[in-house]
Amino acid sequence: MSSKTLKYILKRILLAIVTVWVVITVTFFVMHAVPGGPFMGEKAISAAAQAALEAKYGLDKPLLQQYFTYLKDIVTRFDFGPSLKQRGRMVIDIIADGMKTSARLGVVAACLAAVIGIPLGAVAALRRNKLIDKIIMVVTTAFVSMPSFIMGSLLLVVFAIRLAWLPANGSTAEGLILPIITLALYPMAYITRLTRSSMLDVLGQDYIRTAKAKGVSGVKIIFGHALKNSLIPVITYFGPMLAYIVTGSLVVEQIFAVPGIGRAFVSSITNRDYPMVMGTTIVLAVLIVVMNLVSDILYKVVDPRINLE
Amino acid sequence: MSSKLTMHVNVDDFLPATEEEKRYMVQMRPSSTFFKDGMKRLLHNRVATVSLIIIIVITLSSIFIPMFWPYSYDKMLGVNPGKPVDSSFNNLAPFTYGKTELKHIEAGEKVFPHVFGTDSAGRDYFIRVVYGTRISLAVGFFASIIVLIIGMTVGSIAGYCGGKVDLIIMRIVDIIYSLPDMLMVILLASVLKLTLGPALAGTALEKIGSNIISLFIVFGVLYWVSMSRLIRGQILSLREQEYVLASQAAGAKGSWIIRKHLLPNCISVVIISTALQIPNAIFTESYLSFLGLGVNAPMPSLGSLASDALNGLSSYPFRLVIPALVISLIVLSLNLFGDGLRDAFDPKLRT
Repeated sequence: MSSKTLKYILKRILLAIVTVWVVITVTFFVMHAVPGGPFMGEKAISAAAQAALEAKYGLDKPLLQQYFTYLKDIVTRFDFGPSLKQRGRMVIDIIADGMKTSARLGVVAACLAAVIGIPLGAVAALRRNKLIDKIIMVVTTAFVSMPSFIMGSLLLVVFAIRLAWLPANGSTAEGLILPIITLALYPMAYITRLTRSSMLDVLGQDYIRTAKAKGVSGVKIIFGHALKNSLIPVITYFGPMLAYIVTGSLVVEQIFAVPGIGRAFVSSITNRDYPMVMGTTIVLAVLIVVMNLVSDILYKVVDPRINLE
Repeated sequence: MSSKLTMHVNVDDFLPATEEEKRYMVQMRPSSTFFKDGMKRLLHNRVATVSLIIIIVITLSSIFIPMFWPYSYDKMLGVNPGKPVDSSFNNLAPFTYGKTELKHIEAGEKVFPHVFGTDSAGRDYFIRVVYGTRISLAVGFFASIIVLIIGMTVGSIAGYCGGKVDLIIMRIVDIIYSLPDMLMVILLASVLKLTLGPALAGTALEKIGSNIISLFIVFGVLYWVSMSRLIRGQILSLREQEYVLASQAAGAKGSWIIRKHLLPNCISVVIISTALQIPNAIFTESYLSFLGLGVNAPMPSLGSLASDALNGLSSYPFRLVIPALVISLIVLSLNLFGDGLRDAFDPKLRT
């Protein structure tokens, strides 16, 4: 690894740390700028009870002091404080609970997208401008321009309600099939298009022509030379893909009633459960930032020619 | 031309041109400009042309249909002052009528059909879809303009000034760029919704609704970064051109050079990325509406219509399918048109 690459990686890690800090700070101050405080909207409570509640959750201290306590608790103990609406539960426990389901959903969807998308893109590139290529391109274009909540609702109508093949409720293992498909379709279409265009790029390179001239067989050219190199741009998509899956899961879990972190997040917004909103935002943001970092570094390490800045 | 080295003037060179020679000088067709060239390429692209036509048709109908349509988007047809609520208007199937309307028809009067039926509150669904399209398009358009203005200003300042100014601006851009945008959008939208509501009460902006304003603010805060990066890159390369040096030598100020020389030269890049920003904004708006953070009720947007339709999904699936189709059609045609625009006006940008 050259010193230039190392310098890039260090710079990138620094940026990621600053980004996470900005997310925490923005989230904290934005949530504390809400008028009325977290206990508004509940049953009218006496001033004494209000003061007691605020003292219990440390809301009576100066804002800056609250901020530093919050920051310290996160950095040292991953502690986001107690939930305001689910009494007696810590935010981090609720997140960990929801994460189990959501992680399964997201990982399976991501794998499905890669496993189907890459071969499909390769096939489209090899059969360029043939019928199969055109079909693949039309279908993926349609998938890419359909918001996930629409895709999810349509799948729900067709497969769960009209045909009744699969359950509409996502709390069982079988019920996760439709949410997984909903989440996987967009990244799959995107990966297909990405693989196709980078494969076409690679197939036009000199070394492929050399291999052909030497008499290397078509299959060997594709698997030995072309596919490996054409997957490099696909690596950069891993970060954005995760971000898509995280935000997509917010609506998909809503549609299919999956007991995951996305649904917990959305309901905490409507419930005004501020520690929960802050905690979930930060955890998901860290996840996305780290994934972006990993895919950027991987990209740079795999192909040092690339000048990212 | 004489190839001989001689001081004598070649008299042949000064003969009047013959008719044949004159014909060479006639301009056979008007010379083409950059814009004309691009338009020609664009119109040759069948996909882009069809997309453009679809966008124009959708935009015009969303503007003009509400003007003559006999129903309005927020009129509950079963609710009339002084009369009991007539629930026969709720949840009408397409081309069916409520009780009082059926009486009118029996009496020989003409009643305008409910093309898509009515929703659960007895509002004509067709006009709600049309109105929702109008809102979604307007949100997409104005959000892109906001992004354009902020991104262009910051990007051109960073690119032209260079040095420390550029460094600081670009670090800020880097950080905003690496923020998880959707999470921040949801966070800001949910908080702004609560803070802006009371602040706007009584002002002219109240009618637009706190949610749309907060959507614009969110776009203004978060989405200008890629535009400013793009423009900075353009300006950095344009700045080195000789005509900028010439202008500087003639005493032009920085703002003049940016406005008169640099921005016009990256205008095609700007237009293209603005065109591609619109579907993005429509997407985001519908996503937020779906989560309940979009436009204020009773105003419809395509996202909120789709989200409302989820409640009666098993009985009235068409109420979801119609706005879903319209969103997909708009986003798809804007994307395809943007791609065509890019291919036609800036072939170098093609990825």
